[in-house]
Amino acid sequence: MHATRSRIPHGAVLTAVTVLSVLASTAHAADTLSVVTFGGAYEAAAKQAWFEPFTAKTGIGFSTESYDGGLAKLSAMEQAKNPTWDLIDLETNDAITACDEGLLQKFDRKQLGNTSDFLAGSISDCAVSAMVWSTVYAYDTTKLKTPPTTINDFFDLQKYPGKRGMRKSPKVAMEWALIADGVAPKEVYKVLGTPAGVDRAFKKLDTIKSSIVWWDAGAQAPQLLADGAVVMTQAYNGRIDDATHKDGKPFKVVWDAQVYDYEWWGIPMGAKHAADAAKFIVSASTPQAYADLSKYIAYAPPRKDAIPLIDKSRLGDLPTAPANFKRPLQIDATFWADNADAISKRFQVWLTQ
Amino acid sequence: MNMPLQPTATIGATQRGGDRHAWKRARRKAAVQALLLALPLLVFLLATFIAPIASLLARSVQNPEVRGSMPQLTAALQTWDGGGVPGEPAFAALAQGLRQSAEGGQLGNLARRMNFYQPEFRSLLMKTARETRSQTPDAWKPALIEMDPRWGETETWRLLKRAATSPTPDYLLNAIDAQVSPDGSVTSVPADSAIYRAAFVRTVQISGTVTLLCLLLGYPVAYLLATLPPKQGNRLMLFVIVPFWTSLLVRTTAWYVLLQPGGVINTALLRFGLIHHPVPLIFNRTGVLIGMTHILLPYMILAIYSVMKGVSPVYVRAAQSLGAHPVTAFIRVYIPQTLPGVGAGCFLVFVLALGYYITPALLGGAGDEMISQLIASQTNEQLNWGLAGALSCYLVVFTALFYFVFNRLVGIDRLRFG
Repeated sequence: MHATRSRIPHGAVLTAVTVLSVLASTAHAADTLSVVTFGGAYEAAAKQAWFEPFTAKTGIGFSTESYDGGLAKLSAMEQAKNPTWDLIDLETNDAITACDEGLLQKFDRKQLGNTSDFLAGSISDCAVSAMVWSTVYAYDTTKLKTPPTTINDFFDLQKYPGKRGMRKSPKVAMEWALIADGVAPKEVYKVLGTPAGVDRAFKKLDTIKSSIVWWDAGAQAPQLLADGAVVMTQAYNGRIDDATHKDGKPFKVVWDAQVYDYEWWGIPMGAKHAADAAKFIVSASTPQAYADLSKYIAYAPPRKDAIPLIDKSRLGDLPTAPANFKRPLQIDATFWADNADAISKRFQVWLTQ
Repeated sequence: MNMPLQPTATIGATQRGGDRHAWKRARRKAAVQALLLALPLLVFLLATFIAPIASLLARSVQNPEVRGSMPQLTAALQTWDGGGVPGEPAFAALAQGLRQSAEGGQLGNLARRMNFYQPEFRSLLMKTARETRSQTPDAWKPALIEMDPRWGETETWRLLKRAATSPTPDYLLNAIDAQVSPDGSVTSVPADSAIYRAAFVRTVQISGTVTLLCLLLGYPVAYLLATLPPKQGNRLMLFVIVPFWTSLLVRTTAWYVLLQPGGVINTALLRFGLIHHPVPLIFNRTGVLIGMTHILLPYMILAIYSVMKGVSPVYVRAAQSLGAHPVTAFIRVYIPQTLPGVGAGCFLVFVLALGYYITPALLGGAGDEMISQLIASQTNEQLNWGLAGALSCYLVVFTALFYFVFNRLVGIDRLRFG
């Protein structure tokens, strides 16, 4: 041991280590953006519409990772002062909370140029909207003879017997219950803000509780429908569209009472390639970039100038198409940021009753 | 007579004493060597396992948010007696603290912390922070109460004071559905938001049932494996070992495919006309029990098998030759000799089942949430790491408690696991 150790001069070891680490760091600095998204069909579409063209243009590559939302990991990275992500795909409530908590860097909207055609509220202090997505319900056309058309049909076990898939979360479930119980979409959060309103929503959910199959991850919804485990299911519209167009499944979306929301790009505080990430956000928010995404997945652009660039036949699949946008509800992220704890607890209790 | 003996005895004693010292020295050296050999592992465990767990558990009593971002308010609240509404200094400290924490990016953290106590506390703080930024009134107290009447309520300030106190019992109380009410007494939370006590009971129930099922299914298999000729026994052993080597997630997903309404089992039963509607085998307790029993069964079989291998057949033969019925001999002579294995198997399965997460999440329904799932949801979704820490504390304590109970009943100290 001693002999071998003394035979190699320390200097040589040091040089070797330095050379190796420099090599490693330059290899790393040859710029790969570490992106985290919700994965699945959305990531695949983002790859085709945004990542690959960006790499072709700038030589900056991407390494992708997927997650199911939530700020736990981002928060842990921030506390450890070692963020490994450069770019993060966020839901609205997380984008707001993360910005408030200093988990995201501020984004200067001047970089985007003219932003007058962006939909209201689609650019925040820390994040830029990536697309508009929607929670809808879908059914298997081969299983149901009379097609359901309204949210009331989802809650109607007499007319449409069978299991329903729902996300195991009070979000959207509470809103739908109230709309099906006769509350107008614009009144929903006012009613849900009162204890009586919460009771009313649970009472409506009680009527179908025995027929609900709960899912957690977005990919489970089309799977449940394909397996015949449910006759209709709550789902993200893009997932259903993907199953219909790519896998040829006989699914159909019911747009009544769709609950839509923006999806966001944010840059974690302390990200190692923040400048490149910002460059990417700018390139992904041009009208053409938004229109390109809609080609690969049925999510809508958050800016008006992108609409004319989208294929006519494709427009009908998007949440914001006039025919689909008759009775929409935008999810109120602030309401949920305030009430998620309390309502989630009641939801948990209700689930086990 | 005694005199000549004395020196001899002393010499003998010193000699023996010297031997003992040498022996002790050698022992100590061996112990140090052993410790040095194990040191890398110990350091590794300490750094990657014990320290993170300890820090998570410590979170259950820490209360850093308000103290860290609003030190002046914390000081002002310490002098407040808790009656009525505090005076102007506390209001001024609040306004100043909110402004500072908004600039320092700590406001969201603070607001989230307060929202654990009361819904809409978050938006109250956000709104107040936003509006105080543009104001410089002569007195903050009337200005803030004017802005939102909640600042004039004792309850608002009581909660702020609770949040400014560290260490806090609140997370540990919340984890068993209790809270400190305004008069200072500990009460249960309203029935419609009490979830954790029921979840702990459910976790123990599911784990107990799984343990029992594993024992009933595993004991005969272990007996068969232990009594077959080695060649056949080893071949059969593969059927136990291969699933044991397969990933938990793969096995759970396989059950998902088998059990679902359009899955293999239901399709077969429907085809043979044994049933007319698919039997609900998944998204309920049945699915959880099937999945968990299958995954944990090898632990039970291997633990019992290892003990059965060492049981000599002569005792049962002796009992039978003395006139015992084979069943009596089996129950009164054979089974007692295998009890250490049964104890070890039950303990292993039960303790592993207590922390199960993936299987109940995939195969269970709404009423089958185990405590780990609730811990995960607090960690990942609600970001309430204090409560997650408190729930984990109880889980650790329960596991230790069960260890002592099992130890008392069957003496785990004497057991071998393989």
